[in-house]
Amino acid sequence: MSSTFTHQFDTALFKGTITVNTGLFIDGQWVDSVSKETIDVINPVTGKKLTQVAAGDANDIDIAVKAASRAFKTSWGLKTPGHQRGRLLYILADLIEKNVDAIAATEALDAGKRFAHAQREVQGSVDVVRYYAGWADKNHGKTMETSEEKFAYTRHEPIGVVGLIVPWNFPFSIATWKIAPALATGNTIVLKQSEVTPLSALLLAALVKEAGFPDGVFNVIPGYGSTAGQALIEHQAVGKVSFTGSTFVGRKIMETASKTNLKRVTLELGGKNPVIVFDDADLDQAVKWMTFGTFFHSGQVCAASSRIYVHEKVYDAFLERFVVAANSIRQGDGFREDADQGPLVSQTQLDRVLGYVESGKQEGARLLAGGTRSEGTGFFLKPTIFADARPDMKIVREEIFGPVGVVSKFKTEEEVLELANDTQYGLAGYVFTQNLNRAIRVSSTLEAGSVFVNSTAATAPQVPFGGFKQSGQGKELSEYALEAFTQVKAVHINLGMTL
Amino acid sequence: MPSVYTHKFDTPVFKGAVEIPTGIFIDGKWRDGSDGELIDVINPATGKVITQVSAGTKKDVDEAVVAAQRAFDTVWGLNCPGYERGKLLYRLAELLEKHQDEFAAVEALDNGKTFSWAKKADVTMSIGTFRYYAGWADKIQGNTIETSKDKIVYTTHEPLGVVGQIIPWNFPLMMLSWKLGPALAAGNTIILKPSEFTPLTALLAAKLTQEAGFPPGVVNIINGYGSTVGNAISHHMHIEKVAFTGSTIVGRKVLEAAAKTNLKETSLELGGKSPNIIFDDCDIEQAIDWTIHGIFWNHGQACCAGSRIFVHAKIYDKFLALFTERTKEIKVGDPFGNDTYQGPQVSQQQYDRIMEFIDSGKQQGAKVVAGGERWGTEGYFIKPTIFTETKNTMRIVQEEIFGPVGVVIKFDDDEDVVRQANDTVYGLAAAMFTKNIDRALKCSQALRAGTTWINCANQLHPQVPFGGYKQSGIGRELGQYALEHYTAVKAVHINLGHTP
Repeated sequence: MSSTFTHQFDTALFKGTITVNTGLFIDGQWVDSVSKETIDVINPVTGKKLTQVAAGDANDIDIAVKAASRAFKTSWGLKTPGHQRGRLLYILADLIEKNVDAIAATEALDAGKRFAHAQREVQGSVDVVRYYAGWADKNHGKTMETSEEKFAYTRHEPIGVVGLIVPWNFPFSIATWKIAPALATGNTIVLKQSEVTPLSALLLAALVKEAGFPDGVFNVIPGYGSTAGQALIEHQAVGKVSFTGSTFVGRKIMETASKTNLKRVTLELGGKNPVIVFDDADLDQAVKWMTFGTFFHSGQVCAASSRIYVHEKVYDAFLERFVVAANSIRQGDGFREDADQGPLVSQTQLDRVLGYVESGKQEGARLLAGGTRSEGTGFFLKPTIFADARPDMKIVREEIFGPVGVVSKFKTEEEVLELANDTQYGLAGYVFTQNLNRAIRVSSTLEAGSVFVNSTAATAPQVPFGGFKQSGQGKELSEYALEAFTQVKAVHINLGMTL
Repeated sequence: MPSVYTHKFDTPVFKGAVEIPTGIFIDGKWRDGSDGELIDVINPATGKVITQVSAGTKKDVDEAVVAAQRAFDTVWGLNCPGYERGKLLYRLAELLEKHQDEFAAVEALDNGKTFSWAKKADVTMSIGTFRYYAGWADKIQGNTIETSKDKIVYTTHEPLGVVGQIIPWNFPLMMLSWKLGPALAAGNTIILKPSEFTPLTALLAAKLTQEAGFPPGVVNIINGYGSTVGNAISHHMHIEKVAFTGSTIVGRKVLEAAAKTNLKETSLELGGKSPNIIFDDCDIEQAIDWTIHGIFWNHGQACCAGSRIFVHAKIYDKFLALFTERTKEIKVGDPFGNDTYQGPQVSQQQYDRIMEFIDSGKQQGAKVVAGGERWGTEGYFIKPTIFTETKNTMRIVQEEIFGPVGVVIKFDDDEDVVRQANDTVYGLAAAMFTKNIDRALKCSQALRAGTTWINCANQLHPQVPFGGYKQSGIGRELGQYALEHYTAVKAVHINLGHTP
């Protein structure tokens, strides 16, 4: 049937062998796709092919959904009590933890991440899965008083088969952010990972099987958005889709849901996240956090701090230090000890970002660092900083999703808040100040789902994450994510009303 | 120096040697009690001494509080994030699961319950309870509350600090898990006194907390008497909260001590005289099986035992005949025997007390239809006993017996039986058997009890709160509700611009 991909690592940071099943994972089995088509997996550091994985399409999605439906009705859903679902999730967390390095290496190889970052992300996934393991038997409904003639209560029930669509920037992490609450609440899953970075979800499937989840509870279909993804979001038997990706695709998902079975939708979309650095900020810390927030994973982060407003009093000092920091970022293969930043994930992404860089130059922003491709192979772009940006520039308005920081000056709090909120997006916001009242005031005023004071995005499993406005709807992480995978049933028991 | 007692089991259901520390456990170390006294641990199946354990003193409690406070201020409380606390609790559950047979054997030896019940009920539930609270540790959430635009307000649910916990002898390990679970999840440090009648599994559990990696001082276990260690805990000025499970009589003393000292938060799980109402439209076979479980489980030594059995007149004779027949079939004997259902009562004292109640029943004119006497010639065994033809004023109807003694009372009026069921100072639990939905829900609503069981009895789950109305106690254990008793609410107001 389907094959495996074996890769030997002999690098400074990791030595070892990984083996990844490259088929579709349906109903506890590894299978080829119905069409027998495959998708090439490219190493973004070299631009060369690593292997290929089975490419699922509508037929495979249909088979997977049927398996997931059966599992929901027979061996999962509320048939497996919460504490037992939680137990399996704990076991899965332990398995992920046991295999951190192998998973991290696979992820780093596939997505062009630094190995050390991938390790941290996989460890973070362990925490998320454990967190939701603890919720599995605690999703309480309520009883409520109406009158003596009625006994009323709510049940928080799983939805059934849910479709999860995960992107290429944090393939493993985001998959776990979605599967953990979905499984904890009793749903079964068909997951379509990005065709650009399919490998770590296939490892995850193997671990889910090893943990002992019943067949059909978790299914993985690598494939293209336009085929497998589309089939999943159209499917009449899928009650819910949770998607992380671009706003553009997010719209299509909502539209498709409206045209099919009105499936519930959670969307984690783009962002053009404002950073406000006040004159009383700890400037050194602000620069460090900005460097991290703007250039981490080459800026391919929905919550990247890409639009930076600096108070005029500290503008020049900030820029000077920011440029030095950007220029000292060493680029290279993620398995080298002397590399801080890897490549963009694909040629397509690289071209896109270069397009934005061009527009920044043309529209008159001042280029202070980077702005070109790096020498050598792979999809590397130098850490880039534009200054003196104006609100009407494309690089200020649109999400670049690359290692490009765009810096503007401001004078007053009122002014900068208006600028910061002048966007269709609302994912995250960042404030650097030492003043308590200002920190709270600005946090309260920023139109964003998460506001970070004196740091960039440092999510925690216990705290919700999700955008305002066109950055999405719904929340991931924390207790709030349970709602995304639960439907509320109200039960009224008549105790005495007669007609 | 404190010793380790090794017990070699060689029984049909369990073979093996178990090493049990016999000292007191304070600040991660084992030692003798400060005055060197020892307490005999008796095997209730034989009446013979198993071993001796150290007896703690007030001085030991004082030292433990110092250690627990230090741990709370430095390595526990909010110094240790919820997620980490949860991991340790989870590890504790895993270790207990790994050693479940040893714990079950020691519990059966010390308490007299059968190995099989100890394993499938007590130890299993303890593991589940630790796992359940492991999951809560990083989910103890406060609120942000809107008041006006000039301020932001939020609450945090913080641990209390050093808490005292006093547990009974009827479910020693299980009660320990019910107490440790929420207290540790919420970030408190603990001083726990097991019952002097059944200290052994608590001592094993102390060892396990060390192995799980809880920092020294977080869990302290001091064996001793209520009048010494228990008293010291309930009077201590720096113990912020006491949780007690035991008799109503002692519960009063614990509450009184709190009132006279530092007004420590007090939660109590006390006695019960729980009604079990068998309606005429029940599934009679099921009702009988559950009724037996309701009164004879754990030899009747359960606070929530369904000891007052109300049977509808229409099915009274049929019910009584079958109930009596099945009760007589209950196998009493060696806790380590292959099919034993019921072992001995826990101690000579308890045995005497129960026999005294049985005598009073006979003397006051009730009829014995099963049991009513000792079983065997050694140990504290009592035959499962059923009384009928009782009057409401009889002691066996009013007072908690805490033994394998049920009273069966005929009724024919729904409202009156609920009135009778509620006519008690207690309010711990109530069970009812009926297939009719209206009857079930209305009866459940009308009963003044902290737990109502419909078509079942004595069902406990870590997820579901348990506790009494009226004089059966204050507060709830288990479920999310237990966390409220181990946290204090702090409201924080941040002024954003208003003036006084």
